Amino acid sequence: MDGLIFDIAHLFAGGLVLVSFMLLYQDRLYALLNIFALHAFVLALSVAWQALVQAAPHLYVTAAIALGFKAIVIPVALHRIIQRLGIHRQVETVVGMGPTMLAGMGLVALSMVVMLRVTPEADPLAREDLAFALSVVLLGLLMMVTRRNAVSQVIGFMSLENGLILAATGAKGMPLVVEISVAFSVLIAFIVIGIFLFRIRERFDTVDIGALDDFRGERK
Amino acid sequence: MTPAATSLLCVAALLATALVAVPFGRRARATPAIYGASLAATVVALAGALLHLVAGGTSEVVLPLGLPWLGAHFRLDALAAFFLVVVNFGGAAASLYGLGYGRHEEAPHRVLPFFPAFLGAMNLVVLADDAFSFLLCWEFMSLASWALVIAHHRATDNTRAGYIYLVMASFGTLALLLAFGLLAGPQGGYGFAAMRAAEHPPLVAALVLGLLILGAGSKAGLVPLHVWLPLAHPAAPSHVSALMSGVMTKVAIYGFVRVVFDLLSEPSWWSSMVVLALGGATAVLGILHALMERDLKRLLAYSTIENIGVVFVGLGLALAFRAEGMGWAAALALTAALFHVLNHSLFKSLLFFGAGAVLGATATRDMDRLGGLIHRMPRTSFAFLVGCAAISALPPLNGFASEWLAFQAILQSPQLSAWGLKIMVPAVGGLLALSAALAAACFVKAFGVTFLGRPRSDAAAAAHEVDRFSQAAMFILAGLCLAAGILPGFVIDAVAPVTQALVGDRMPRQTGVEWLSIVPIAEGRSSYNGLLVFLFITISASLAVVVIHRFASRALRRGPAWGCGFVEPSPMTQYSGVSFAQPIRRVFGTLAFRAREHVEMPPPGDMRPARLTVQMHDLVWDALYAPIAGAIGFAADRLNTLQFLTIRRYLSLVFLALVGLLLVLAIWP
Repeated sequence: MDGLIFDIAHLFAGGLVLVSFMLLYQDRLYALLNIFALHAFVLALSVAWQALVQAAPHLYVTAAIALGFKAIVIPVALHRIIQRLGIHRQVETVVGMGPTMLAGMGLVALSMVVMLRVTPEADPLAREDLAFALSVVLLGLLMMVTRRNAVSQVIGFMSLENGLILAATGAKGMPLVVEISVAFSVLIAFIVIGIFLFRIRERFDTVDIGALDDFRGERK
Repeated sequence: MTPAATSLLCVAALLATALVAVPFGRRARATPAIYGASLAATVVALAGALLHLVAGGTSEVVLPLGLPWLGAHFRLDALAAFFLVVVNFGGAAASLYGLGYGRHEEAPHRVLPFFPAFLGAMNLVVLADDAFSFLLCWEFMSLASWALVIAHHRATDNTRAGYIYLVMASFGTLALLLAFGLLAGPQGGYGFAAMRAAEHPPLVAALVLGLLILGAGSKAGLVPLHVWLPLAHPAAPSHVSALMSGVMTKVAIYGFVRVVFDLLSEPSWWSSMVVLALGGATAVLGILHALMERDLKRLLAYSTIENIGVVFVGLGLALAFRAEGMGWAAALALTAALFHVLNHSLFKSLLFFGAGAVLGATATRDMDRLGGLIHRMPRTSFAFLVGCAAISALPPLNGFASEWLAFQAILQSPQLSAWGLKIMVPAVGGLLALSAALAAACFVKAFGVTFLGRPRSDAAAAAHEVDRFSQAAMFILAGLCLAAGILPGFVIDAVAPVTQALVGDRMPRQTGVEWLSIVPIAEGRSSYNGLLVFLFITISASLAVVVIHRFASRALRRGPAWGCGFVEPSPMTQYSGVSFAQPIRRVFGTLAFRAREHVEMPPPGDMRPARLTVQMHDLVWDALYAPIAGAIGFAADRLNTLQFLTIRRYLSLVFLALVGLLLVLAIWP
């Protein structure tokens, strides 16, 4: 039974890393949103499995928040924003796909090395979980760094936050209060950034943050 | 009440005075009130410290301030008492002088709050008995004096002086912070008692000594860390210059002595060679700079550097003798150093007061625009002359007594066993002798050009004598210069408990010696009697006066000055400070300042005058500070571009930093 518990937790956490790679690879905005929804869905599954394994019912709430907000509300809202702004066709990466994927693989290897080395005496389940969570965080950061479009940077930020939740639920005894506050902070960030996007749109007629740079007189 | 508590109460009174001066500083009556209060507090503190120095013993106070687990420790032992005497005597004299001099201050509210705070901070540094209090008070002292340096911030170059001072002061405090960190060790024993008890391995001892040379040496003005001193000391009002030069540099020496002789385990003998070499170089370079100077207050500031060099030579000798186990010789050298500390605080304060009087009367510090002041300011010039004679180490004044003791210590060097020291100490003695001779030349120039001859400007011609408070301060100091010179035995005996505590030995008791002579080692080897010299000089001079006036002529005659055959009546044709220094510049300038003289001779028939231009470089500045300043400027220019990156680039920087740190974690063994 123990082996199965471990394998399933491993499967979900690994799945999350895999979906992070899909996020990293995807360069169309609608598809990106769909994959982000998938990301949140896998996270919800993983958290729910942890709730079952740890016999911690409050983690179900976390899973529900992940599923409700991140897998449904936010992608739908962002979908509408993109529709209203009319930017769904834009493709916007800085580095080519190949190098980005290679860098992502390097990051996963790095987080494995770091995490497995510094936590030799921890619970193996938590260890693996932490290693995957760090990979997800790093991949989210990588996505924010390699994208020019504000929407995809928001998605990168939220996938990073998913990694944090994965880490938090992997460790036993994370209180719900913290989780709710984290969820709310993401929501607030989303609202702020949404308003920000509209502002940019009104002002500069684009959400490409390169336009902001042009306005500040940093290019040319 | 314990002596330490008395001193702390005086400090509290000074700090309270400083606070009162903040709101009331602009009022006319504030100046005498503040200086009067400072005078009272420093006199009480001086009396307490003197009594404690004579009575001996230590007294401690722990206040519930500062770090919660440490508290603020204050301790008054013989060393602290000696330096408290120096600090508070200088403070009292400056306050007395300020009673008169401060009346002409155009912005008293910029000076009044910081003056008592500066005095209180210097007292606190000497009293502090843990690293935290020491560093805090040290920094407080630096900042208070910085505020005084830029009191006249609109004057040319004062803000630059303040800036350089601030940079050097923070650098010095950083070095001291590291030194105390090493002394405290991994257990973090920040009380001085814990440091005294700890055993320091040789490497740590050498590092601490190096850091102390950087930290305390930069405050004291040790070459090559002296660059701020000749800028900052003259920039302050004159009584503050006297405090900074005469007293604050002594507080820096106190810090050095406290750590190196008291807290640190014995460093090895070769480390004393570093101190000796730096001391000798400081003495010679300081006085050479002083000789080249036209500005009276800058000349005095450079001469402070020379005297700090003399003191450091004494301290280096004491270190060397202590490392060799020659306690009596170490006591002699340390006594010489501490005696010179006292003497320098006396005559340098006196000279700065005199320079302040000249500045107040003529509004210029340029010696080549002064002259003839002896007729207009006779009392000031007499006091200044006494100070000049004392600082030039002329018997029977106090400068001679302490430098004589230093040379007595140097003469003990053949008994040292290490060959490096055997060769080095006489060489340093040569440097010391050179600097003493140059100092005499320097102060002949300072006095002669400023006070003798004919006035070189209208301001000098219209000068008038200063007020009575300033005169009183100068005459008290001049009297003490004479007293310490003819009765050095009392000072030596007063210092004995300090040397007993620091090097475990003392000089022979001097008060029992007949005719008030001083005998540093033994009767048969050397002795000096200041009183006898004084009596001889007085009697022979009086006799000469009597003989001349009796057998020659009673009348005072004023005749035309001999003008070398020229008839040009302009006072500018007199011997000037620059021309007085020219022979010495020719000898040493090419080496020490890369001095180049260039004569521009107009062709025949052209009526223009010929011009002589002299170019001099401060080699220390060119070789050490200019490259550092250039490198910092270059790095700042490069880093400046970081201020204008895109959001994504900033994120990338964060990301790269994170990945880099994780990599370090992964590779770390």
